[in-house]
Amino acid sequence: MCLAVPAKLITHNGLEGVVDLHGNRLPVNIMLTPDAQPGDWLLIHAGFAIEKLDPKQAGETWALLRDVAQAAANSPAGSEADASAHSSTGKGDRR
Amino acid sequence: MNIGARPSEELLRALHASAADIGRSIAFMEVCGTHTTSAFRCGLHSVMPKNVRLISGPGCPVCVTAQADIDELIDLGSRREITLCTYGDMLRVPGKHGSLEKARGDGANIEVVYSSLDAVRMAQTHPDRQVVFAAVGFETTAPATAAAICAAQELGLDNFTVLASHKLILPAMRALLSAADRPMIDGFLCPGHVSVIIGSDAYRCIVEEFNTPCVIGGFEPGLLLSSLLCLTEMIAAGRVALVNQYPQAVRPTGNAHAQALLQKVFETGNAHWRGLGLIPQSGLFLRQGYARFNAAQRFSLKPVEDREPAGCICGRIISGLALPPECKLFGRACTPVQPIGPCMVSSEGTCAAWFKYGPHRAESHGVAPAQQLQEVLP
Repeated sequence: MCLAVPAKLITHNGLEGVVDLHGNRLPVNIMLTPDAQPGDWLLIHAGFAIEKLDPKQAGETWALLRDVAQAAANSPAGSEADASAHSSTGKGDRR
Repeated sequence: MNIGARPSEELLRALHASAADIGRSIAFMEVCGTHTTSAFRCGLHSVMPKNVRLISGPGCPVCVTAQADIDELIDLGSRREITLCTYGDMLRVPGKHGSLEKARGDGANIEVVYSSLDAVRMAQTHPDRQVVFAAVGFETTAPATAAAICAAQELGLDNFTVLASHKLILPAMRALLSAADRPMIDGFLCPGHVSVIIGSDAYRCIVEEFNTPCVIGGFEPGLLLSSLLCLTEMIAAGRVALVNQYPQAVRPTGNAHAQALLQKVFETGNAHWRGLGLIPQSGLFLRQGYARFNAAQRFSLKPVEDREPAGCICGRIISGLALPPECKLFGRACTPVQPIGPCMVSSEGTCAAWFKYGPHRAESHGVAPAQQLQEVLP
């Protein structure tokens, strides 16, 4: 339940914003991060931005997730470990 | 893959070397359902040093919710005059008389929402319905509930209420460490996203009063390894400290806006936890000024008996006193398809994680589960 996911703020109008999450546009409320500006990386939980992320760290996290996804895709197919690794890139980042 | 400066292989080697220096069995407790799931999903338990265990504590909000609160929620959701809005996690949790999912199948108006504000919008667009939001969760989730109540107040809605059973993680950690049958806990892997709200400094009381190391950690495999290495190195060195290994999201004092919102809408009070009983000042309750948004008052709910399902040991599991395979229902009468206890229902529950990723899966490969258990959890 305490899952949160990093996403980039695209635009906002007052407290209502829109974030880019893996190419999807999602509505977000930014009342808990009122100084957020377009371009900021935010941690999103249940429709609310709960913190601004350090952009360098957020970028590293996404780079890591891409690496893991690529490693999973390149591994021999069919093993449980592969499935787990792939799963952790798809859903596991939503924390 | 590289996590920060150190690759995972190096972290794992360092963890084993550090554990070997300790010369005794140690156990760390994570108090976050997402850590539970993440550790199982990446196979962390299978590569841990033989003398280091990672056990699950009361970190899954669905799992720690007292059975009486779940029964109350299902009873309320089953009433035909009510539209009950809930996060998806609660839908299949079994109560005395079925689940919200079953109630919905029987015709009850139960909606799964992504955000608490969706429930407010539901009340706004359906003025003829009483909309109740099922508010479950720790400090990460509670600000969203507070925001919804403030929004409903601004909109002047008189058909929106909240059935709140929000809980605070620190009183539960203190209760565990103070319990007569205290589980073996040599250090805590503290929850990353609760810490975003409360801040890393909040754990100083655990470190200082209970002489127990705390590390706030992220969720990816390398970050988990890094946190466990940090805890193990502290034990090896005889050091007790608070370390924040998730600084990209967790500030020392947390999110002041979220804390102010919680303070405005809620007050703390004694709350019942599954397995841990009544813990002083561990729950969030609506302040008097927001009483009209309290579903328990609006619908005159009477306290119901708090009785766990027969044979279910979810309470002992989330207290770190038992492992899922020790439950006679686990994997037999209680499965993810037909769960009996909440730890098997929630995607973040310890039983669900064990069922999906745990060593019992070796049964199908002809390896005795007990032997596998010993291998993974010495």
